[in-house]
Amino acid sequence: MSDKTPIISIRNVTKRFKGAPSAAVDDVSLDIMPGEFFVLLGPSGCGKTTLLRMIAGFEIPTSGQILIDGQDMADVPPNKRPVNMVFQSYAVFPHMTVAQNVGYGLKIAGIGADEIRSRVAEALELVKLDGLDARMPDQLSGGQRQRVALARSLVMRPKVLLLDEPLSALDAKLRAQMQFELADLQDKVGITFITVTHDQDEALSMAGRIAVMNKGDVAQLAAPADLYEYPANRFVADFVGSVNIFEGKLTLDEPDKAAVDCPGLGKVWLNHGVTGAHGSNVWVALRPEKIYLHVPGEGKAVRAAAEDAPEGHNFARGQIKGMSYLGDITLYEIQLDCGAMIRVSRPNLSRHDQEDFTWDDRVSMHWRADSPVVLLS
Amino acid sequence: MKLLGKRAPVAPLEYTRRWSMRIWVGLVLLFLYTPLITLVAFSFNDSRRNIVWRGFTTKYYEKALHNSSLMEALTNSITIAALATVVSVVLGALAAVLLWRFRFPTKAGWEGAMALPIVVPEICMGVAMLAFFARLDLPQDLPWPFDLSQITIAHITFCFPFVAMVVRSRLASFNREEEEAAKDLGASEWQAFRDVLLPHMKPGLIAGALLAFTLSLDDFVITFFTSGPNTVTFPVKVYSMVRFSVTPEVNAASALVIALTVLLTTIALKLQSRMGTIAQGH
Repeated sequence: MSDKTPIISIRNVTKRFKGAPSAAVDDVSLDIMPGEFFVLLGPSGCGKTTLLRMIAGFEIPTSGQILIDGQDMADVPPNKRPVNMVFQSYAVFPHMTVAQNVGYGLKIAGIGADEIRSRVAEALELVKLDGLDARMPDQLSGGQRQRVALARSLVMRPKVLLLDEPLSALDAKLRAQMQFELADLQDKVGITFITVTHDQDEALSMAGRIAVMNKGDVAQLAAPADLYEYPANRFVADFVGSVNIFEGKLTLDEPDKAAVDCPGLGKVWLNHGVTGAHGSNVWVALRPEKIYLHVPGEGKAVRAAAEDAPEGHNFARGQIKGMSYLGDITLYEIQLDCGAMIRVSRPNLSRHDQEDFTWDDRVSMHWRADSPVVLLS
Repeated sequence: MKLLGKRAPVAPLEYTRRWSMRIWVGLVLLFLYTPLITLVAFSFNDSRRNIVWRGFTTKYYEKALHNSSLMEALTNSITIAALATVVSVVLGALAAVLLWRFRFPTKAGWEGAMALPIVVPEICMGVAMLAFFARLDLPQDLPWPFDLSQITIAHITFCFPFVAMVVRSRLASFNREEEEAAKDLGASEWQAFRDVLLPHMKPGLIAGALLAFTLSLDDFVITFFTSGPNTVTFPVKVYSMVRFSVTPEVNAASALVIALTVLLTTIALKLQSRMGTIAQGH
C-alpha cells in the first residue's frame, strides 16, 4: 500500500441523534494516512467521540461514507472491522485474567492455543506488563488496566487503533509519562492511531496531525505547531492554548506587511500580509508568552526590541491587576490604559524574576511583528 | 499504666457496648427465634402429645422419614421448586435483560406489570389461580410429575418477578463498554452475551434461583388453592397433620425443611455479598 492512499476516508459524514436539535457530526470529511498519529480534539459534545464510534461501527452515520483501507464500512458490523478500540473506561473483562483478556480476540478468531500464548506474551511485553498474565483486573492499578486494554487491541494487529480519551482517568504524572509511551508505542508498531481527547496538551504532545472539532464540524486540521502558531479562527485560537483576542479593522494589507487598528489594544503591525478586504473587521490573536513586559522607563530597550515595527505599533501600556506565580512562569492580568484586559506570561529565568513586578505596577508591553495572528472569523 | 478494670469510654457509634442496646437486641432475638428453637427442641421430645418434656429421642425423625404420604409431599415440593426455579430463572433473566437493554414505549407499564405478582396479596393470587385453572379445566388424572403442572405454573408466576428484580439490579452495575469491547474484538452478539454479560449476571442468577427455590418450597397459600387431592405439597401436608394434633413428627419434618431453607439462604446471602464486593471493585 502506498503512502498516498488514506487508511481511513471519512466522506461527508453526518450523524443526527433522534430528538437532538442539531447534528452531532455535521458533514465531516477527513483523510487519515497509514501510520499516522491522528488526534480528534475538541470540547465535550463537539462530536469527536461520535466520529470515533462511527469508525469503530458502534454508531451508524445518518449520511455519508466511511472507508477503511478503501472498503466501504456501511454494512460491516463492529466485530468485522479491521480496527480495534481502547475504551475510555478500558472495559477490561473483570472475570478474566490479564492473559485471558488479551487473548480474547484471538480466541474468538479461532487461533490455536500455542499461537495465542506467544502473541499474548509478545503484546504484554510491548506494553510492559510481562509477568502479570495471571492477575485478575481488580488486582491491577488504573494505569495497568489501561495497558491491558492496549495490549488486548494491539494483539489483534488492527489496521487502525482507536483510543477514546486514553489518558483522562490517569493522574497528572502518569499521564505525562503515558503521552510519551503512547507516541513511542505507535512508532514501534507502526499502526495508525486515532485518539480522541479534550486535553490540548495531550493532543499537542502526541499527535502528528490534529483535527480540532467544534459543534460537529472540523474547525481546523493541522500539525500541532501550526495549530498553535497559526490558528485558523477564534475558536481554535482560544481552545488550543491561552490567547488574547482583540477586534480591529484592517488598515493596511500588502504582501509583506499588514496593520490592524484595534480599539482595545492599539496599532498592531505584522511582517506579512493577510488575505482580508481593506477596512474589514478582523480579530488579532496574541499569545500571552509572546508579549514582553517592561518597566515603563526603559523606553529605549523597548524600542530596540520592537524595531521590526514602525514607531507607535506593537506597543501598549497598562497596570497589573492580578498575578499568579506558577513556578516556571508567572501569569499577569494587566488592565490596558484603554480599559481592556490582557494576559501576559513571563518565564522565571532566574530565581527572583517574579519579584520584578507586583500588583498595581505600571508596565509597558511590546511584541514582535511576527507574533500576532490575524483571524478573519 | 492503665488501672485494672478501667476501660476506654464508650464511643458514640459503639452501640454494642451499651447495656440498653444489648438488652434490646437480646429481646428482639428472643422474640424472633424462640418459636423456632422450641419447634426444633420439641422434635426430640419423647412424648406423643408434645406438651411436656419427657426426654430425648430421635425416633420421630425416623417416623417422619418413614411416613410415606409426608415423604411424597416433600418429594412433590422439591420437584415443584426445582422445576419452578429453572423456568423462573430463564424467564426472569430474559425479562431483566429486556427491560435493562431496550427502550420501548410501554416499558414503564411492563415493569409495573412484572412487579404485580410481588405486591398482590397471596390470597388474591391463590383465588385468581383457582378460578383460572377451573376455567382452563386441565385433566386432573395425569401421571406424576405432570399432575404437578398447575402448582408449578402458579409458582413460576410469583417466583420469576423476584428473579427478574435481582438480575435487573445486578445488570445496573454492568459497564456497557465491556460488551462493545467484546464485539470490537470480533465477538458476535451471542458470543459477547455468553462471554461478557452472562458472567456478570451469574451471581444474580444464582441468588435469584435460590430465592425462587425457597419461595416455592414453603409456599402455602397459593399452593393450597391450586393443589388437588393427589398433589399435596409439604406445607399443605403439614397443615393437614396439624389440624389433628401437633405431634413431634410434624416438628421433626419441619425441622428438616428449616435446615434445608437455612442452608439455601446462607448460600444466597454469601453469593450476594460477593456480588457486592465485585460491584465495588469497578
